Amino acid sequence: MEQLKTIGRELAMGSQGGFGQSKEFLDLVKSIGEARSKAEEDRIVLHEIETLKRRIAEPDIPKRKMKEYIIRLVYVEMLGHDASFGYIHAVKMTHDDSLLLKRTGYLAVTLFLNEDHDLIILIVNTIQKDLRSDNYLVVCAALNAVCRLINEETIPAVLPQVVELLGHTKEGVRKKAIMALHRFYHKSPSSVSHLVSNFRKRLCDNDPGVMGATLCPLFDLISVDVNSYKDLVVSFVSILKQVAERRLPKGYDYHQMPAPFIQIRLLKILALLGSGDKLASESMYTVIGDIFRKCDSLSNIGNAVLYECICCVSSIYPNPKLLESAAEVISRFLKSDSHNLKYLGIDALGRLIKISPEIAEQHQLAVIDCLEDPDDTLKRKTFELLYKMTKSSNVEVIVNRMIDYMISINDNHFKTYIASRCVELAEQFAPSNHWFIQTMNKVFEHAGDLVNIKVAHNLMRLIAEGFGEDDDAADSQLRSSAVESYLLIIGEPKLPSVFLQVICWVLGEYGTADGKYSASYITGKLCDVAEAYSNDETVKVYAVTALMKIYAFEIAAGRKVDMLDECQSLVEELSASHSTDLQQRAYELQAVISLDARAVESIMPSDASCEDIEIDENLSFLNSYVQQALENGAQPYIPESERSGMLNISNFRSQDQLEVSMHGLRFEAYELPKPPVPSRIPPPLLAPSAELVPVSEPSYSRETHQVATVTSVSDAGSLELKLRLDGVQRKWGKPTYSSPASSTSNSSSQNTVNGTTQVDGAGNVNSKARTTYDSRRPQVEISPEKQKLAASLFGGPSQTEKRPTSASHKVAKASSHAAEKSQAPKAVVVSNEVTVEKTNHQPPPDLLDLGEPTVATSSAPLVDPFKQLEGLLDTTQVTSTVNHGAVGATESPDIISLYANTPASVQSSSAEISVPANKDDINVTSTLATQFTKGPNPKDALEKDALVRQLGVTPSSQNPNLFRDLLG
Amino acid sequence: MIRSVMVMNTQGKPRLAKFYDFQPVEKQQELIRSVFGVLCSRAENVSNFLETDSIFGPDSRLVYKHYATLYFVLVFDSSENELAMLDLIQVFVETLDKCFKNVCELDLVFNYCKMHTIIDEIIFGGQVLETSSTEVMKAIEEISKLETASNSISLVPKSVSGWRTR
Repeated sequence: MEQLKTIGRELAMGSQGGFGQSKEFLDLVKSIGEARSKAEEDRIVLHEIETLKRRIAEPDIPKRKMKEYIIRLVYVEMLGHDASFGYIHAVKMTHDDSLLLKRTGYLAVTLFLNEDHDLIILIVNTIQKDLRSDNYLVVCAALNAVCRLINEETIPAVLPQVVELLGHTKEGVRKKAIMALHRFYHKSPSSVSHLVSNFRKRLCDNDPGVMGATLCPLFDLISVDVNSYKDLVVSFVSILKQVAERRLPKGYDYHQMPAPFIQIRLLKILALLGSGDKLASESMYTVIGDIFRKCDSLSNIGNAVLYECICCVSSIYPNPKLLESAAEVISRFLKSDSHNLKYLGIDALGRLIKISPEIAEQHQLAVIDCLEDPDDTLKRKTFELLYKMTKSSNVEVIVNRMIDYMISINDNHFKTYIASRCVELAEQFAPSNHWFIQTMNKVFEHAGDLVNIKVAHNLMRLIAEGFGEDDDAADSQLRSSAVESYLLIIGEPKLPSVFLQVICWVLGEYGTADGKYSASYITGKLCDVAEAYSNDETVKVYAVTALMKIYAFEIAAGRKVDMLDECQSLVEELSASHSTDLQQRAYELQAVISLDARAVESIMPSDASCEDIEIDENLSFLNSYVQQALENGAQPYIPESERSGMLNISNFRSQDQLEVSMHGLRFEAYELPKPPVPSRIPPPLLAPSAELVPVSEPSYSRETHQVATVTSVSDAGSLELKLRLDGVQRKWGKPTYSSPASSTSNSSSQNTVNGTTQVDGAGNVNSKARTTYDSRRPQVEISPEKQKLAASLFGGPSQTEKRPTSASHKVAKASSHAAEKSQAPKAVVVSNEVTVEKTNHQPPPDLLDLGEPTVATSSAPLVDPFKQLEGLLDTTQVTSTVNHGAVGATESPDIISLYANTPASVQSSSAEISVPANKDDINVTSTLATQFTKGPNPKDALEKDALVRQLGVTPSSQNPNLFRDLLG
Repeated sequence: MIRSVMVMNTQGKPRLAKFYDFQPVEKQQELIRSVFGVLCSRAENVSNFLETDSIFGPDSRLVYKHYATLYFVLVFDSSENELAMLDLIQVFVETLDKCFKNVCELDLVFNYCKMHTIIDEIIFGGQVLETSSTEVMKAIEEISKLETASNSISLVPKSVSGWRTR
């Protein structure tokens, strides 16, 4: 039957003329179609390649035949085989006069060649010629090739012709020319920067299709630089209005929707332009409201437009009425049977809860349904939503769900992603130490090799430092619970290396600290680890270092050390290891054991991993020795700049120079986890009373500016060597620390705090929203299980209060108020990185008189990594501190230089002026700032308008009133 | 922008693969394979959207539609709207249908060139060019008309045409 059909088609094909293929090709396709295995297919294709190689080289091939060969080449390449031997023939074919052959040639080269291919140079000339052709189809074919084949270097060769085509009589050509320019812009923005005005001009093209095409490049341009296009807001709004009012020709309707693709583009553009701009946003309200009302919610495309409306509404300055309509649409999406709509509903909900958190509540059951849906896409999107609405009252449920899901999937990429989200949430909102440790254990156990190593280091540091409150009991309780849980886990097979490192380190530091476990028990476990994972050198390093620590603590405590036999043999084995690192550690261990208690104590003070160590850079204690040596005729020291290949001691302190500290001369007695903990140096240098080096890596947020922070930290370190351990606060968890908008590491969530700067207004909205949100409770009859889940996800913080959490409680009340009130402004500050200076000039506005007394940031120009998380609850001052590596910005020149590229206007004395961030997404400005930035615009706009008129763009006869009001 | 258009059958054989950023042949195959791997594991009646950061790098989504023996796939970034892309697939399929009268997989295999012509009229350089299948059809017809015209001129041997005019 199938065959009959094929034959029928073949016959039909034969009569089709232009598309007819030879028997040979049909056979090829058929035999490939019938191939039973990949190997068989490969064999057929390879044979075909041989045939083609032979045929194509024959002289005087008729053109029609040649065309077919080229198509066969394309086909072969699509199946994954190399057809490069025929590229040159495809290039030749583009030179042909016949349109059919030319188009085939162009098609083949666009599929074969990349823009940097050597053969391109042979085509550029043809393209140039074809762009000037009288036949518009030839021009179109050439434009098509232009998009694919022209690279940065060759753009100038074709640019003049393409620009000329912007005035072509055929609208199809104009459209394609604009898109080609857009493509150039993608490849090299500078090459077309002088042509941006052309896009503006084409926006007023007579043909709506051309206008629509212009929106694509404009969207890109606007997302890079919002402010230079504010003048177009009026035009865009009026175009959108006309489109929505069906004033376009019928031909642009799609499924009874007037030009939906144009509407979507426009809404996207308006979302960018209206973000953080009250004035601009207000001009959009009417038209967006209209679309909400008119849009047909039955068709796919209608929903697409509605969804875009929601995105727009959540991005521009909020308007209660529009938010209401948006919420209505969202609930329709979520209630729909279509998974696609549910997906969009969840996504839209995620956008909207940042503005009005209370809307999540009415949809809680729908959200839970989505979470349990078998559809993976939907599930993931829902997790994203949950991530955005996590607060300390629901963190346990959410993180546990996430971990369960993480365990259930195989996709490493997404696993990593979920793991990092879990860690982030756990750090931010952990209700208790115990829970935190358990959660981290789970994450490490199941995704240990996928998470960033810094997460492990961070965990070690957390355990070591405790949580900063002067609550030693809680800290030691945390440590012993960690030790206990690790001893339970350590026996399990195949733990991830990163997790083992953490375990070894913690056991080494604290295994015997509370006296619950004997040294021999712990060392026995450590030896087991070193043996079980004998392939993993890093684990062995950690294990052996941990052994040394345990023995050292024992000796220091005056107990007699009995080395287990297995330890003995392990150490012996390692002292013959190929790894010099391991070998050295083994020897060090042996050396330490033979020392007396006093010496050991000063080498390995107990629980001192967080103490800081002063480094005497000049090694002044050696001066007398050096002097003596010189007197005895030794060679004087040659500075390092004059040598090469020797160890740079001054680098030793730097955290980034791990290489050096790992493989060069060792100055430290034993290994500690790399970045977060200070390296050790020999006892003589240990001067506890002296000022200390801050070795801190402000958590591990993955933002780029953090990197800058780290460096600046070490820079600052050389000026002021001190780590303040007092006043360091809990790293996590205040119950009311609720909105996702306040998370530091998630800049995307911040930027959307509807871009408001109306500090008080937004604050009020937020707090009001929250109270209503919290006061209501779920009351739908549905299976109790779901209800419970819903309650734990969406329930207010009132629940938390009942829970006996450890220390996290005391801060609750004061800061809950603070958090709500200052949420919005903080997001502003955080996202708008440039506002640092602000704090330095600003007389504290009313935001500052909140609960916690400001730690005098500027007077103590110190990095406090813990502030990073705390900071959000603190005053603006602290926030800015956090953002910028906390070093009093004015004091360190390095830091200032980090901001050198930001507009200088920050200096202006008025505190309210914040500089619009260069990044497209964040444009948070106060009203005043808006005016400030909008200042030059009216003039600009007038000029542009005049220019446009001058260029004689007049409404066409075809659409007489389409763009009249646009310009009027 | 749209990064790629793919059509593959339910056995994973590519029927059309067009990447708007250049991808070397091996990479193309790898992408097609991994997309197929994801698609064939998806149940019926689930959403048509996928987040494909692991296949195509950050900020990439995929919309697919399953027709008979074929998957139609569009890969794009956050500057496009998922539902709209789904409709674009619809436009493409509608046009194919108009072009081939009850389109089936074989049509696509044998009319590879024409399929490219159609997609070039709908998506241009990674941007949506035209969304009305009638308009696309008009353009296609115009092209084939001109092509056959130029064909008959150039493909008739010179001597013969010379002979005719005499």
